[in-house]
Amino acid sequence: MLSNFFTPDVIHLNVECSDWYEAVKVGTDLLVRKNCVEKRYLDAIVRNHKELGPYMVIAPGIMLAHARPEDGVLKLSLSLVTLKMPIVFGNETNDPVKLLITLAATNQDSHLSTLAELMELLMSEEDIEKMMNADKEEEIIKIVSRYSS
Amino acid sequence: MKILVCCGSGLGSSFMIEMNIKKVLKEINVEATVDHSDLSSASGIKADIYVGTRDIASQLTSLGGKVISLNSMIDMKELKEKLVAALQG
Repeated sequence: MLSNFFTPDVIHLNVECSDWYEAVKVGTDLLVRKNCVEKRYLDAIVRNHKELGPYMVIAPGIMLAHARPEDGVLKLSLSLVTLKMPIVFGNETNDPVKLLITLAATNQDSHLSTLAELMELLMSEEDIEKMMNADKEEEIIKIVSRYSS
Repeated sequence: MKILVCCGSGLGSSFMIEMNIKKVLKEINVEATVDHSDLSSASGIKADIYVGTRDIASQLTSLGGKVISLNSMIDMKELKEKLVAALQG
């Protein structure tokens, strides 16, 4: 039920950030505020990015920020941030990033259907484009609802 | 035939790629076991084909299987092309 996760309080559009760290922090702060992840989740994402490279920039303009359940995930949650100015994360093929989705997953299989819905959404070029250019949270919510069962 | 999808965290992105691989296998009528794991567990799992996005894939080459390196996690065309090539080669 993707719509249950993308509520207005976890959507932040056209954010101004000066670097990738700031951008990732905006995404995780939204989840920390809601008690979905601990503050150290941000550190885990940053560590992974520094050690393994920009592998979380999964497609042109899109970053799926995430770390492991044991890195401080309290409950399955998602946040969505769009950047006013796209930011370079170091990924040659997919930079710069405009849309940043932060995913916090637990080990339960029960959320796999939500991930499946998220995947369908990420694979729609048209809807990704619309979300990248959205001005209001309602636009995002409307698009997401079409992928939510 | 065993295919293992890897990612930094072993949850989320690797599972999503696993889903797409299963779709492609169904399309091309090929049977294989598909699983996902994080990078650190991958070395302990024997597979015929290891799949990951570019940065991850570079760490899979020493594991003794074929390696598929993806530029994009959501590009089905790229996945299908590379999967078919790996299965045939």
